[in-house]
Amino acid sequence: MVEVRRSTVLDAPITAVWEVLRDFNGHDRWHPAVASSLLDGGKRTDQVGAVRNFRLTGGERIREQLLSLSDRDHRLRYTIVESDVPLQDYVAEVALKPVTDGDRTFWSWTSRFRTPAGRERELQQLVAEGVYEAGFAAVRALVERRRSAQTAPAPVPKEPRSAPAGTTLEGDVIEGEAIVVARHGGPEELRLAPVQVPPPGPGEVRLRHTAIGVNYIDVYCRSGYFELLQPPGVPGMEAAGEVIDLGPGVPHLHKGQRVAYACAPVGAYATHRTMKADLLVPLPESVSDETAAAVLLKGMTAEFLLHRVHKLQAGETVLIFAPAGGVGRLLCQWARHLGARVIGATTSEEKAAAARAAGAEEVILPGERSLEAQVMALTDGHGADVIYDAVGRDSFAHSLRALAKCGHLVSYGQASGDIGAWDIGSLASNSATLSRPNFGHYTDTPEKVRAITARLFEALEQEIITAEIGQRYPLAAAAEAHRALEGRRTRAATILLPQEET
Amino acid sequence: MTEVYASSVIAAPAGEVWARIRDFNGLPDWHPLIAESRIESGAPADQVGCVRAFRLQDGGFIREKLLALSDYDFSCTYAILESPMGVENYVATLKLTPVTDGERTFAEWSAEFDCAPEAEAELTASIGGNVFQGGFDALKRLFGG
Repeated sequence: MVEVRRSTVLDAPITAVWEVLRDFNGHDRWHPAVASSLLDGGKRTDQVGAVRNFRLTGGERIREQLLSLSDRDHRLRYTIVESDVPLQDYVAEVALKPVTDGDRTFWSWTSRFRTPAGRERELQQLVAEGVYEAGFAAVRALVERRRSAQTAPAPVPKEPRSAPAGTTLEGDVIEGEAIVVARHGGPEELRLAPVQVPPPGPGEVRLRHTAIGVNYIDVYCRSGYFELLQPPGVPGMEAAGEVIDLGPGVPHLHKGQRVAYACAPVGAYATHRTMKADLLVPLPESVSDETAAAVLLKGMTAEFLLHRVHKLQAGETVLIFAPAGGVGRLLCQWARHLGARVIGATTSEEKAAAARAAGAEEVILPGERSLEAQVMALTDGHGADVIYDAVGRDSFAHSLRALAKCGHLVSYGQASGDIGAWDIGSLASNSATLSRPNFGHYTDTPEKVRAITARLFEALEQEIITAEIGQRYPLAAAAEAHRALEGRRTRAATILLPQEET
Repeated sequence: MTEVYASSVIAAPAGEVWARIRDFNGLPDWHPLIAESRIESGAPADQVGCVRAFRLQDGGFIREKLLALSDYDFSCTYAILESPMGVENYVATLKLTPVTDGERTFAEWSAEFDCAPEAEAELTASIGGNVFQGGFDALKRLFGG
């Protein structure tokens, strides 16, 4: 019999930790090893006897049954009933105790099980580190983050009627609506709720949104993959709208002005918003609200990828992944205009046609030959001078091999999953340069944003790049928009439209 | 029946903390409330059933009987036989659990007892605060955490 005992102390009250752990079907919300969790039909998550079906991130399946659950003792036990991992007669216990000295929580996770002969040590380590300690770290991040989120500023979920004592701005508060994420999770967590939008303070303005951009990063915020949104919170990093009123110290904007933004902090999925005036970009006549909401974040990304991360030169060969996607399409248009030879890498004839329309001279599709072999064939063995790759795990190794000598791989996303650890020695095979830019660092001052958007608006005006809106959803249907985005059913940009005021 | 529970985290391995507190006659060495202690009838301090008689810093006199001692669980359970506190059926347990994540110890001290209803709030506060938390604070000072 193998025994595993692990324990830790979390800086959060026991009720907050128990709320996470008592959910027998909730591991996929926080445990890094669990890709999905499904309960056998008809049972509730706190029903003793319920069976959960885990699919691990490595693909293995495990079925576990809840043996006991005690809200009084903050303790639950479960057993493995079926597993691809050879853990036999496995019974585990999760137990919490309050640390009264500091309102913290002691958490122990223990189990006993048998294994095939000779695999005791390996499986003991897997359970202790891969499951229990990894779980400690994930729940710690979750509950300690929630605790700090309690002191985070607006949006404020609407109080029932009477405003709390001390509210002096009552008359000026606008009753708006926003998509509030109450906890990290799937698209179903995107729910419309009333919110109070406070009047602008010093350096702030209050906006009425007219169009809101939907980006893949919003999915990461919703699911908790990125720590940009602390529930309860409003997702969204891109919108256009009109200035309703201004706080003191905002000389560069005026009431009624059309503006847009694409930046953290999150909070764009709302009818109204109060935010720092520094983050806003005035919109020129030539750029419509919908265009701005559709293109600002992607366009700013394309701008710094092509002009700052790598200064693309005429005559260079550039390989662009997902050339029919939001950023990819703009990269193709702009790179072509800059005089580069553009090769797109995509997955279907339909997307290849879109990539060609956007300026790709050649398009690579999955085929008998590898991506790198196809790139080498198209470039007489030279390779790509620069590669823009937001696919991540599935493409990274191929991208490294498709680079020209002294080429530059710009990895700016991970749509297929984390790239994981890489030996940087492998870059020596072609003296490669690797960049992993972060939008936030290229846009963290008003000066940087002004410079990027000036070039972006000029490119839009001259039709070097064009906005293409594939889908429009009402704000209330944000969940539907996310489902379509994650289901790869969208084409070009997606925007949300706040409902007209009645 | 009244219950009191206090817990803390001590910055030392459980084995080291246990070595300090397992001596049923050793309270004066670490607990600030206890002035002197002896084991009645010359019994060894780890003999289950032995009785310790000790004097508090404020002069109070208490007799307690060791009901259970476990070097395996790092736990010690005892009952009050005689005290000026006004409690009956008082049974307390002091227990240590290793925190595997770092060389720390989760320490729990709990008690159950009967008392006059009007004395309950004050007793709960004084046992949980002065006796239990006071002991934890002393251990935290001893072990630097």
